[in-house]
Parts: sequence; structure tokens; C-alpha cells
Amino acid sequence: MKLWQIAHVRTGDKGNISNVSVTVYDTKDFNLVRDKLTPEFVKNWYGAQVLGEVKRYDLPQLGAFNFVMHDALSGGVTSSTALDKHGKTLGAYLLDIPL
Amino acid sequence: MKTIRIGSGAGYAGDRLEPALDLLKYANLDYICFEGLAERTIALAQKNKKADPKKGYNELLLYRMEKILPLLHQNKTKVITNMGAANPKAAMEDIAKLAKHLVLENLKIAAVLGDDISHKIEEYNGENVIETGEPLYEIKKELLSANAYLGIEGIVEALKNDADIIITGRVADPSLFLAPMVYEFGWEKSDWEKKGKGTLIGHLLECAGQVTGGYYADPGIKDVPNLWNLGFPYVEVDALGEGFITKLKESGGMVTTATCTEQLLYEIHAPENYITPDCIANFSKVIFKEIAQDKVKFEGASGKKASHTYKVSVGYLNGFIGEGQMSYGGPNCIARALLAKEIVEKRLEKLPFDISELRCELIGINSLLNQNKMPDQLNEVRLRVAGKTQTKEEAQQIANEVETLYTNGPYGGGGATKKVDEIISIASILIPKEDFKIDVHYIKI
Repeated sequence: MKLWQIAHVRTGDKGNISNVSVTVYDTKDFNLVRDKLTPEFVKNWYGAQVLGEVKRYDLPQLGAFNFVMHDALSGGVTSSTALDKHGKTLGAYLLDIPL
Repeated sequence: MKTIRIGSGAGYAGDRLEPALDLLKYANLDYICFEGLAERTIALAQKNKKADPKKGYNELLLYRMEKILPLLHQNKTKVITNMGAANPKAAMEDIAKLAKHLVLENLKIAAVLGDDISHKIEEYNGENVIETGEPLYEIKKELLSANAYLGIEGIVEALKNDADIIITGRVADPSLFLAPMVYEFGWEKSDWEKKGKGTLIGHLLECAGQVTGGYYADPGIKDVPNLWNLGFPYVEVDALGEGFITKLKESGGMVTTATCTEQLLYEIHAPENYITPDCIANFSKVIFKEIAQDKVKFEGASGKKASHTYKVSVGYLNGFIGEGQMSYGGPNCIARALLAKEIVEKRLEKLPFDISELRCELIGINSLLNQNKMPDQLNEVRLRVAGKTQTKEEAQQIANEVETLYTNGPYGGGGATKKVDEIISIASILIPKEDFKIDVHYIKI
């Protein structure tokens, strides 16, 4: 099973920080995602894209997690040479995580 | 209990206008707020204002107002927007002219000033930049703008003075929406709890269609009905800060706990500490309940005392980005694009200036052959080269070295594009609120 089968994501940016929310469709899957998607796991998944610390905030009543990823956007929208300077597409790549 | 209706008319500077007009016609709104000022937009606007003192506000503002003004008049809806950007006063004056031209009367237009402290930014040179931790003077580049994210104060003052249309410069996005709640319900300055609730509402509404199913659809996985006809959201809220978010029935999109949860966490960090000029909102215990189709009740937001400082965005010129692209198609296209990449890299290395953050990457699916179908296999690829330089001329050379692949590179390059962008970067510092003077100007017609 892949993450996209049980959860949806949204990505946002503030400066050089990217945040990705992961929300399960059914709260019964909350613990599964909580145990698999540790901050270390998410940082490794992104490899060289995310250079800084990853912090996770849990909102169990919504079945949601907020991953705050530092130094993740090559300087961010006001200075990066990337095509997707906001990193809007980053969250989608989490959906491929096998569970 | 008294309730008010607040709609969201734009989620960013260039947003669609039609959904806002539908809300004005059919949602029976008391207020509609248009958010249209991204972080660096104001720096660009300051540049425009320097070139022409009558400019510096959102370029779509008058286009929008021409369509909006006649509807406000008939429905008594008030407008609040930060599209005044670097020049809310000029925006107010031009809206007044437009209103007269449309033969409208009994309109009071307000401009909220005071966010711009670019004239005395030197005094704060020693303040540490939030992004780097180093003092502002370390930037050593030309500073273009310095604007504080103001809160609700100026807008509330304008509402107390019966303004119908309120134009601001830099104001925190949720504050645009919180201001009418504070005014209408008379929430005390120190009622952080309610301000936290109102800030949640502002945060849910500030990106317009992003909470009604925009930016949500994933075909076959999470479908959104009639996304092409996406409606914008509005909230009905009572004096306790409780209420629901919804959209017009006839519009496309959807409002569910899932769309609301995505928007709740959009561009926030610690959910228990969402810092705005008005309060420190706590979203960590928020819950959403679907009470009808496309109608979601929100509960559980709270707030703490606001900080003593405003966040100030300082915009500065930070060099240039030169970018060139070229496509290759057919058999062996990837190998040819990679050869092209290698050639450009070698040519750029020989140039007598520094290029930083150089990226050479490959893009593409079906843009070359006019067959309007998905290829069975990878059949085209597009080389993209982008790098940073100190001058415009240097950036141009990066772009040119991609275009010259036409006659100086591998077989079959096509569709070259090139561009040069000036980089305007942002540094954020904190400045005590008491250093600012908020002024509201009015024109009545």
C-alpha cells in the first residue's frame, strides 16, 4: 500500500521553509502514518532537497500531521533558481511512500 | 444572536474575479475581503511607485473595482483589501475617480497608511534578520522597501468611520477578515481568545478557492465536482466567533473537513503558535464538522496575547537569474539533451564571472509533435538551465548560451526560450509596534 491510498497532502512555503501537511482520510490510519512518517524518515525521503531539520506536529483530532522542513527550498521563492520556487509540488512526492 | 457574513474575493494578486462577483450577487455578504499582496510584491510595487508616484498599487485593482463597485452599492457589502500595496492613497483616489465615472454616490473610501517605514529603515540596521540570524547591515545590497505586517487597527478605525471600501498596504492576511468581526461584535482589545477564533476564520478564507476544493483535486483519488466553475468561500460567524464556512450551491468545488484541514495547516508551522499582529492564535485543537453538504462548522481555536513587535519585510535587490530552455524530441532525445547540457556547462565555466546556484535539468511530455496524444514512451525532453549572477548582462549570457545550441549544439534542438529576472529577496526583522503611526485617510463621494 502507498501513502496516497490513505492520506492527502498540501504544501506551503515561508521563506526557505517548506511545510507539508499529511491528513488521513480515515482516522483509524492515523497511528500507521504516525509510526512510519517520523521526521527522520521524511528528511531521508527527500534526500538532498531538504537540508535542514524536519519537525512534525500532530493533530490527532483531525487525523493530520504538519511537517515543517527547514532549508528545503534552495533559498525560497524570493531567491531560488528552481523551476518550482515555492516547492508547491514537494508534498506530492510523499504520496509514494510504501506502508 | 447577531451574525455576519464575510466572503473571500481573492486569494492572491492575480486571482480570478468571477467567483467574487457571484458571491457579491448571491451570497448576501456583509463584507468581502480581497487578499492580493505576496511577500515580495510590495517591493516591486515600491519600485513602480518610485518611477511614478501615482502607481504602486495592484495592477488589477481598477479592473476589479469597475466590476465590483456597482454590486456593492446595491447590496451594501463593504470591501476590505490590501491591494493598495505600496500606494493605498493613490489607489483610494483612483477608485474615487472611477466611482464618479460610474455615477455612483454615497461611497466612503478609506486608505490605511503606516506600514511603510522604508524612509527610516536605516535606524534598524542592527536588528537581526529572522532568516539568517545576522544583522540587517550585513545584507549590503540596495534596499527597496520595508513594510510592516500591520494588524486590524487601521481597518477597524475606518469601519468605525463608516468607510465602505478600505484599501490597505501591507496588512497580515487574516487581519483583513478579523477586522470586521472585531468591529461588528465589539470584541475587546484584550480578548485574545476571540481574536484567535477570528484569526482561524481569516486563515481559512485568505486563500479563497483553496478551501473550496481548489488545489485539492487528484483525478480518480480525490475528485472535485465542477472544478472549472470553482466558487469562493464565505463564512457566517456570530459574536462568539463560532460559525461555518460554505460556498454558493450553484458553484463548483466542495467544502469538506478534508479541504478545511488542508487549508488550516497551509503555510503554518507550530499550530499552537500562529503569530499574527493581532494575537498568537492556537489552531492545535481545531475540529471541523460537516453540518450539511459543503457546509463545515469550525470549533476549538483560541488565542494568546499578541507580541509587542510587528514583522517587517525588507525587500532588496539581490542580483539576477538568467534562464534558457531548449527541447529535443524523437529517438535518443535524452542523450542529445544531456549532451546539450554538458556543452552549456562547459561554455558557462569559461565565462569570466561567477554563476551561483546553476541548475541544468530536464523537463517534458508531449509539447513538440502536434498529435494531441499521450506518448507510449518518453518522446521528448526539455533542457532548462538557470543560474544567478550579479548583473543583468551576465544573466543574459546564461540564457544566450542555451539559445545558441540551435546552431552550436546537438541535432534537433527546438523551441528555445530565454529570460532574465531581477531577484528581489526578502529579509524579515521585528520592530516595536510603538514605532509605527497608523493613519487613515478618507474620500467621500
